[in-house]
Amino acid sequence: MTAYRTVVPLRSALAALATLVCTGAPAIAAGGEVAHIDRHEWSFAGFGGQYDRNQLRRGFQVYKEVCASCHALERVKFRNLVQKGGPEFDDEAVKALAAEWPNQISDGPNDEGAMFERVPKLSDKIKGPYKNEQEARSIQNGAYPPDLSLITRARSVHNEASWYIHVPMMMRDILTGYAEGGADYMYALLTGYKEAPEGFHLAEGMNYNAYFPGNQIAMIQPIPEGGAVEYQENAGAKSSLEQNAKDVTAFLAWAADPSLNERKQLGWTVMLYLIITTLLLYFAKKRIWSRVKH
Amino acid sequence: MSNHASTYEPKSATAKWWDERLPVPRMMHDQFVDFPTPRNLNYLWTFGGILTFCLVAQLVTGIVLAMHYVPSADDAFNSVDHIRRDVNYGWLLQSLHATGSSMFFLAVYIHTFRGLYYGSYRAPREILWILGVFILLAMMATAFLGYSLPWGQMSFWAVTVITNLFSSLDAVIPGMGTGIVEWLWGGYAVSGTTLNRFFSLHYLLPFVIFGLVILHIWALHVAGQNNPTGLNIKTKSDSVPMYPYAVAKDAVALFAFVFVFAWFVLFLPDYLGHADNFIEANPLVTPPHIVPEWYFLPFYAILRAIPDKLGGVIAMFAAIAILAFIPWLDRSPVRSTKYRPIYKWFFWLFLFSCLALGYLGSKPAEGIYVFWARIFTAYYFAHFLLVMPIVGSIETPRKLPGSITDAVLGKSPVRAGGGVPAGAAAAPEDR
Ligand code: HEC
Ligand code: HEM
Repeated sequence: MTAYRTVVPLRSALAALATLVCTGAPAIAAGGEVAHIDRHEWSFAGFGGQYDRNQLRRGFQVYKEVCASCHALERVKFRNLVQKGGPEFDDEAVKALAAEWPNQISDGPNDEGAMFERVPKLSDKIKGPYKNEQEARSIQNGAYPPDLSLITRARSVHNEASWYIHVPMMMRDILTGYAEGGADYMYALLTGYKEAPEGFHLAEGMNYNAYFPGNQIAMIQPIPEGGAVEYQENAGAKSSLEQNAKDVTAFLAWAADPSLNERKQLGWTVMLYLIITTLLLYFAKKRIWSRVKH
Repeated sequence: MSNHASTYEPKSATAKWWDERLPVPRMMHDQFVDFPTPRNLNYLWTFGGILTFCLVAQLVTGIVLAMHYVPSADDAFNSVDHIRRDVNYGWLLQSLHATGSSMFFLAVYIHTFRGLYYGSYRAPREILWILGVFILLAMMATAFLGYSLPWGQMSFWAVTVITNLFSSLDAVIPGMGTGIVEWLWGGYAVSGTTLNRFFSLHYLLPFVIFGLVILHIWALHVAGQNNPTGLNIKTKSDSVPMYPYAVAKDAVALFAFVFVFAWFVLFLPDYLGHADNFIEANPLVTPPHIVPEWYFLPFYAILRAIPDKLGGVIAMFAAIAILAFIPWLDRSPVRSTKYRPIYKWFFWLFLFSCLALGYLGSKPAEGIYVFWARIFTAYYFAHFLLVMPIVGSIETPRKLPGSITDAVLGKSPVRAGGGVPAGAAAAPEDR
């Protein structure tokens, strides 16, 4: 299926089992059917998962150089890029970035009562290229590139399991803390551009994608084979389609859920506290009830 | 039973002063410290306390969320996103409240099935049970209203689909259904006006639930708690005081429950929700599958199993309403399913049907799914209308123990009904 495939052993064993028992999902869909979406290893997955700062920085670069020409990221503010648990760029760099951001902020009215455009500040949102949906559609052939601030939480992977394995599959996801369906979908989407199969009717201006519902997407393949951007020497990875896709997905996962690092750190503390307290209470209860037969 | 003599002794002058004027401390002591609880309660009896915790947790998190939430079509979605991103620990608060409603339903379903299994709805607990049914209804209304507030795609379309159900009443009196729907919406479509009134009602109903819960617990403390044997408390040795016995057990269960709760809040905040609700409401785009929250799925399956719209709506409401009548539908001479060799199987079949309906409610209403939804819907109603009266009348229960104490100490059982008083009323501590 996809070239990039690093999966945690336990998960992969379970997933293989699931695929065996499931109603054999087709690798490449013939038309209308969506191909099975693989689970990938994400640094932010599972109980101990945290964002990888270098990856978020690379992902931001991909967003800035590729996606930002069509997609907004308006729920994220420039100042968020500085915050802990994110890409953690330094203040000065983000100020400079905001100052040269191509999409200006509309503000006003000024003292003369006129509206005006100005350069974004740290507290401003990361604007996309279009003023509104209508302008976007008129330029994008009627299609609308959605704002990407919440995209990884607004997409998911369906539990395709048959009824008799439905509950075990649910339990697996709950017990392993699987919450990366949106990221898995994004990665699949970005790497899922293929030749349309024989006999597939592709509408004018549409592109074939194995993972997009209906298999026709208005977005052209945004990251070409071989990668779309030059990573810096010290970026920690080499640019390629798979690497760019993974990095931008991680960045967008952060954009949608910027408190994940803090949440999971707190998670461990809370779980430990609850286990210990429950055990102490249990022994206290045993002691108290040892006085009566019950 | 619960009308035990008060053992409260005011320990200070202030306490005495109060006791002669408004004896709240005496009531709390008698009802929540010294209250006799059956000594054989299992962990299924801890869910009432857990539910009380859930209610308070929803109230507290909800009131704080309301300080930041904006109930308008333009700002609702943004305000929830703002709570998650910018309010201090807003992400935690929002997740606690959203996950909390799922946990509340998880607990209430366990609590209700406990009642069904042990016959806790039978005399003298009919009112207690019926209050429970009202609580369940009020909880469902609250959860439905609350789900509309984030104003995501699923919020919007769930409100549209469910409020539209009332239009089926047009089949009874032409124009009545449409009239009701437009009255609910406050216009000709689901809009910001609808959202605003839903917010108002969502804030109101939990306090109604609170009132119902007080009555529920009052009724409980008049009738006394049921227990796994279904026998009444007959002598002092059948019971233990609530404090420290029941309280110690409740505390263990509450913390274990909070562990599960925290697991979802902190590791899987989106698991119980739907991804489409991270897309802002859009009246022009219908999501491919409109599904309610998991706790409504069985009822959604029943709704869609009936080929007629009005019939489906009636069946869905009847599925809850019928619970209010089971104190009189169950004809068995004993309360607890533990002593009912035939009914036992039907109980588990019923539980299975409810789970199956839940699964089917999450699937598209087509083909084989509809077929099975019809089968399980039929059984859902048959269980109450046929199995409960018929099996109750023809089944011979297993021998009941003479008393709760006998059951605990493993004394040989006697025939149903012929309970022998356990003699000396020694305090359980002395045994
Ligand atoms: C040339 C403009 C353009 C660029 C560049 C672009 N997109 Fe898109 N994108 C679109 C359009 C148009 C759509 C709407 C597609 C549709 O609805 O068929 C879209 C849709 C999407 C979707 C939504 C898919 C879904 O499930 O609904 C995602 C996710 C997405 N783009 C991610 C990206 C990412 C990540 C990048 C950068 C690597 C990117 N896009 C670059 C134009 C673009
Ligand atoms: C907000 C929701 C509710 C709260 C806070 C609540 C609270 C309680 C509490 C504290 C008890 C005593 C402890 C226990 O037996 O677990 C209790 C008992 C009981 N509840 Fe509820 N309850 C709720 C909903 C319901 C519902 C929906 C039903 C059934 C339709 C129900 C039926 C009963 C019955 C029958 C008992 C007595 C059980 C017995 O003694 O065996 N309750 N409830």
